[in-house]
Amino acid sequence: MTEQERRIKAEQRERFDFAVIANWLLPGERVLDLGCGDGRLLRYLSETRDVTGYGVEIEQESVLGCIRNGVDVIQMNIESGLLGFEDRSFDHAIISQALQTMHTTERILTEMLRVAAEAVVSFPNFAYRANRAAIADGHMPVSEDLPYDWFDTPNVRFFTIVDFEHLCRRLDIEIRERLAFDEAGQEVSDDPNLNGSLAFYRLGRRS
Amino acid sequence: MSPENSVGLVTPQRARFDSPLTLKSGAVLPGFELAFETYGKLNAGQSNAVLVCHALAGSHHVAGRYADDPENLGWWDNLVGPGKPLDTNKFFVVGVNNLGGCYGSTGPLSLKPETGKRYGADFPLVTVEDWVAAQARLADQLGIETWAAVVGGSLGGMQALEWSLQFPDRIRHAMVIASAPKLSAQNIAFNEVARQAILSDPDFHGGYYAEYGVVPIRGLRLARMVGHITYLSDSQMAEKFGRQLRHGEHKFSYDVDFEIESYLRYQGNKFAGFFDANTYLMMTKALDYFDPAYAYAGHLPSALARARARFFVASFSTDWRFAPARSREIVFALLENRLRVVYAEIDCDAGHDSFLLDDQHYHALLRAYLGNIAV
Repeated sequence: MTEQERRIKAEQRERFDFAVIANWLLPGERVLDLGCGDGRLLRYLSETRDVTGYGVEIEQESVLGCIRNGVDVIQMNIESGLLGFEDRSFDHAIISQALQTMHTTERILTEMLRVAAEAVVSFPNFAYRANRAAIADGHMPVSEDLPYDWFDTPNVRFFTIVDFEHLCRRLDIEIRERLAFDEAGQEVSDDPNLNGSLAFYRLGRRS
Repeated sequence: MSPENSVGLVTPQRARFDSPLTLKSGAVLPGFELAFETYGKLNAGQSNAVLVCHALAGSHHVAGRYADDPENLGWWDNLVGPGKPLDTNKFFVVGVNNLGGCYGSTGPLSLKPETGKRYGADFPLVTVEDWVAAQARLADQLGIETWAAVVGGSLGGMQALEWSLQFPDRIRHAMVIASAPKLSAQNIAFNEVARQAILSDPDFHGGYYAEYGVVPIRGLRLARMVGHITYLSDSQMAEKFGRQLRHGEHKFSYDVDFEIESYLRYQGNKFAGFFDANTYLMMTKALDYFDPAYAYAGHLPSALARARARFFVASFSTDWRFAPARSREIVFALLENRLRVVYAEIDCDAGHDSFLLDDQHYHALLRAYLGNIAV
């Protein structure tokens, strides 16, 4: 694959991820995007769903990217929570493929459901078939959804669909919807923990 | 800085306002003048005007140089000019010396019409709100209905914030940098030390020193020395001066031993040579009094409910005078009002003074934000 092909594929993949998230939002919603990178998801959501809201990001180059993209961004570290954000002040809090890069998983999930009515979480499933094969072969997995070598990965939490759902139960978080996709972007329903490379969740509080 | 992205030679102007201005204190100024400078051209739709507000010791001389004083470079020249982050090819930039200032606007050094003598201590205390009211009159006179942006650092940031509250429909973007929604007790304490230094100088004469032909230079010098300590970070002071000795050995005297002493004395002397003591006192009081939440039982989100502008808020990691937490107070109060805001916490070693430097990332942020403002 040439560099250009790779880039086009990555962009298609990204658009696909964005579309999955956009489908869970109502037009005009207020959203908070945690670990928003350069703000391209928020920009997509504002263009396609007319949402308003803020990104939260710690990396200075990403903050600059957000400003260039015209996305409102708050530079802060969310590991210690979302101090300052009011309860229930957003319709959705989103964390798109960034939860695995943060240490305080429980606190972040709890905080997302404090400040927003629902949370949307996507993450790479470490138990995906190809990842298991890599481990069986003696290597840490590198794939479409885990595109980093072990020595320079930003990921610090390695978990699976099954693990995540255990944690949700423990935190009394309600799983309202789950979607899993393989590396080709095909939705999988049969044994997602084995066949799903990327997982998307719509979460709420049990009332 | 290469001359091609400088605004070049500039000429200060004066605007006269003859209708009385009632100040926040209740005092009335029958009329007043403001010294100002402009850079760039106001476009036909008057949609490209940016007001730059100065901090404690600043002036209307924001950018460029004077033909008769070429060493006197504008205080934010690294930001303002053709091709610079606040690009004068795009924006019409206005710098103004605040009411009560000592650079040409009506202030304690001006002659009081009733007596023909300098106001001195008779000049009423003016506040951030009064400055903004006076700046609005200048905007009227320049034909500017709405500012594309009002930009300021420190006390200047407070003016940008105040613009968004006093004239919500006359400001599209408020850029509040290294600022705070009000002073802390510690901030006020430092100001009080500075004021006491001036007030207790025997040459102060209750503020009427001009009538005695003297200047409370010792008090001013001390006030500036105290101020300077709060502008720098501990780490930067350590790096810049450390325990370096002026004469390479301990002198066992009260003369300058350490380089930091020399630096503070130099800064104090320089400042005391040109700044007016009454203006300094008043500026510190304006800082102390600024508190838009005061009328709302201390609840900042209620105070900011009137604002309509979009906000750019930035703080600096080593600024302990107006620490990042102070900027976050503003940010979260804006969020509570569902206002648009970007907030950057910039890693910079230079403490409070960082806002005046041309740190690469800081200027990239300003360039990006200002670049997206439609004119």
